[in-house]
Amino acid sequence: MPQSPVVDPVVRPVAEPVVEVAGLTKSFGGVHALRGVDLTLLPGRIHALVGENGAGKSTLIKVLTGVHTADAGTLRLGGEPIAFTRPADAQAAGISTVYQEVNLVPLLSVAQNVFLGREPRRFGLVDTGAVRRRARELVARLGIDVDVDAQLGRLGLGVQQMVALARAVSVDARVVIMDEPTSSLEPREVETLFGVARTLAASGVAIVFVSHRLGELFALCDDVTVLRDGRTVHAGPMAELDRVGLVSRMLGRAVEDVQRRGATEFGESHARGGAGVQPVLEVSGVSVRNRLHDVSFSVRPGEVVGLGGLLGSGRSETVKAVYGDLPTTAAAVSVEGRPVRTGSVSKALAAGLALLSEDRKAEGIIPDLSVRDNIALAVLPRLSRAGVVSDARIDAVVEVFVRRLQIKASSPRQKVRELSGGNQQKVLLARWLATEPKVFLLDEPTRGIDVGAKREVQSLIDELAAQGLAVVLISSEMEELVEGSDRVVVLRDGHVGAELDGDGLTTSALLSALAGGGQPVGEPPVGNPPAAEVASRG
Amino acid sequence: MAVTPRRVGTAARAARLAQRQGALVVLVVLCLVAAGAFDTFATSGNLTNIAVQASFLAVIALGMTFVIFTGGIDLSVGSVFALGGVLAAYASQYGTLAALALPLAVCGAIGLVQGLIIARGGLEPFIVTLAGLLFARGLLLLVTDSGRNTYDVPVGSAFREIAQGSILGVRHPIWIVVVLYAVGTLVLHRTSYGPTVLAIGGQRDAAELMGLPVARARVLTYVASALLAGSAGVMIASYTSSGVPIIGIGTELQAIAAVVLGGTLLTGGAGTVLGTLVGVLLLQVIANVINQLSLAQAWQAVVQGTILLGVVVAQRYLARAERR
Repeated sequence: MPQSPVVDPVVRPVAEPVVEVAGLTKSFGGVHALRGVDLTLLPGRIHALVGENGAGKSTLIKVLTGVHTADAGTLRLGGEPIAFTRPADAQAAGISTVYQEVNLVPLLSVAQNVFLGREPRRFGLVDTGAVRRRARELVARLGIDVDVDAQLGRLGLGVQQMVALARAVSVDARVVIMDEPTSSLEPREVETLFGVARTLAASGVAIVFVSHRLGELFALCDDVTVLRDGRTVHAGPMAELDRVGLVSRMLGRAVEDVQRRGATEFGESHARGGAGVQPVLEVSGVSVRNRLHDVSFSVRPGEVVGLGGLLGSGRSETVKAVYGDLPTTAAAVSVEGRPVRTGSVSKALAAGLALLSEDRKAEGIIPDLSVRDNIALAVLPRLSRAGVVSDARIDAVVEVFVRRLQIKASSPRQKVRELSGGNQQKVLLARWLATEPKVFLLDEPTRGIDVGAKREVQSLIDELAAQGLAVVLISSEMEELVEGSDRVVVLRDGHVGAELDGDGLTTSALLSALAGGGQPVGEPPVGNPPAAEVASRG
Repeated sequence: MAVTPRRVGTAARAARLAQRQGALVVLVVLCLVAAGAFDTFATSGNLTNIAVQASFLAVIALGMTFVIFTGGIDLSVGSVFALGGVLAAYASQYGTLAALALPLAVCGAIGLVQGLIIARGGLEPFIVTLAGLLFARGLLLLVTDSGRNTYDVPVGSAFREIAQGSILGVRHPIWIVVVLYAVGTLVLHRTSYGPTVLAIGGQRDAAELMGLPVARARVLTYVASALLAGSAGVMIASYTSSGVPIIGIGTELQAIAAVVLGGTLLTGGAGTVLGTLVGVLLLQVIANVINQLSLAQAWQAVVQGTILLGVVVAQRYLARAERR
């Protein structure tokens, strides 16, 4: 059922909602993306739409913008029930979208982009004078300082985002959806964008704002709807929530809910030797433009260090930067005391780093190759002499790992696409273990695999650490992070926000660390003298 | 608020100019050198000859330009060109109107089918138009009894006038090219189809999300390309007063070369219509100069290929310099 409209009774009179979504469901091939979503948008208000990965935000936006059609549920626009079948329908109805990746045409001019497909005409031909004049008026009205004749691709990303916003406004939109518009902007550009968004809201437009940066949500938004697992779990004015309250609703944990040990297959602490042992991996001052700021941490042999953080906090970026897969603006990475040149995957591999990527399908398995070939890929250079590969040596290596990881395949020749998600993940683990890494970076190793395989992967991580491998573990599951790690480094908006270990490593401590304050916390890490470089942030 | 556009350096601007007008610079230099070297080059007879010879490719390359703007390719144009010529010559016995209508209807239909399969069916333009190339060539062989029949345009037919006549002392094919390129420029800049086509080539997903008629514009582009190729066929049938079955082999590659020489990105999204005309003229002048040098015909392709490669490599480096 549609919930009661969300209004701030003190400041504003009750207004008719522009958009009312109730009980929306949508599934893709049996997978439920939306299981009953409610959303009410009021004119003149900026509405935060939040949720972790898989919560259903993007599906909801795609239904609102006509990219997908919902299976069930109602969508009302200005009180009238409506269903979109194409993006053009939604636009005609007054719903405009600004996407995360700027979805404009870089080779055309600003003015052309603003009016593309709806150019003012005279005598049947496009009135180029009017296009430029009206574009100029529009950007001036929104307070955007840009030359409308400039080629869009030559402008900074922030300006491009604002041009996208101008395009959204040019259709007399009643609803503007901003899908993570700030994810690659400079702080200064974010401020300008916010100014434009507020101007727009003041003129009566309802704005949906999606961002993973909590600070932005609290700074900009009037109302909030929280999605989790395809359902609306909270809706109300932003002012009623604090950071911890918001994060606990996103993650589905009550603040006081302290999880007991035993929810995962992870055993007790594996860190050996403690303070005296030299770290295998030392990362200091890793920065990636607009994404990471001076991230530092270290991992000792046999230690599992968790990287915690909300979606968009820079966890994956951190391991990718360490692995040389993401260009950094500053970074110092060393393995066993020897510096590793960043920005080169092959150098990182040679130094003994391995990365199990988060996106198994896009960045990991090659579905049409066999189990054997998938495992052997990364070690081929080492198993070959003068470019000639010995089949027998590959078979030997593959056999060892298939047995050790208990990969369930009819034979090593079976295509990987035919395996279950869990076994695909094990094939990938085998691929990287075959390179005999010193440091294993695991990005969401148990996501999307069944419970049994999950436990196997978890105990494998334990086992590897027990054998002295240094592991960096990223997980969105708090239990997995708390129980699987000896220490957890918490990232917030690309900064190291906190470090938890020992008795301080509990789900409730992690929850408040994830929520954090507005600014990165400069406090020294708790305990762990060898990890003191974390404190020496500039 | 410092949201000013990035400053464009002098070097970048020069690079940009060279990228856009590189073919024009080469064309002008080549013409000046040729005019100095051979007395016979800069005569009105020779220049008219070059222009008329270039007109057929120019008409085909205009359609190819729009196809490449969308990020596509049309390999069928050479065969469609030849088919159009044969059909026009065949139909000319039934009058000029028939000689225009039959080839344009058949060629337009081929373009429509190709466009629908590409835009609605989501197949790759390369393979679809490769099939179109084979189909049109096969159809031509059927019509001409495996190429043994050459249809002649009846003596005294008004159809001959289409490409053989002249207005104000300028030959018809040249007028046709001027008019078509003027229309093409107008379409590119002054109709919403123009930017739509560039948007499709530049960022197809964005174009879809903006609600642009992406499929319709793509279908239209392949129809236009086939119609223009067919028209070039009509022109050559009228010009030679016959339907020659063996023309048009490799013409699609010449057209693509002309478009790329003209500064249009092969990946789509940017370029000009007039650049293509410059590219066509450049290819034709090279051919003419090689004739003047009494070199073997084979040299034509060698020189054209070398220049094309040079231009493409230069484009790449200039684009990089521009970005800096």
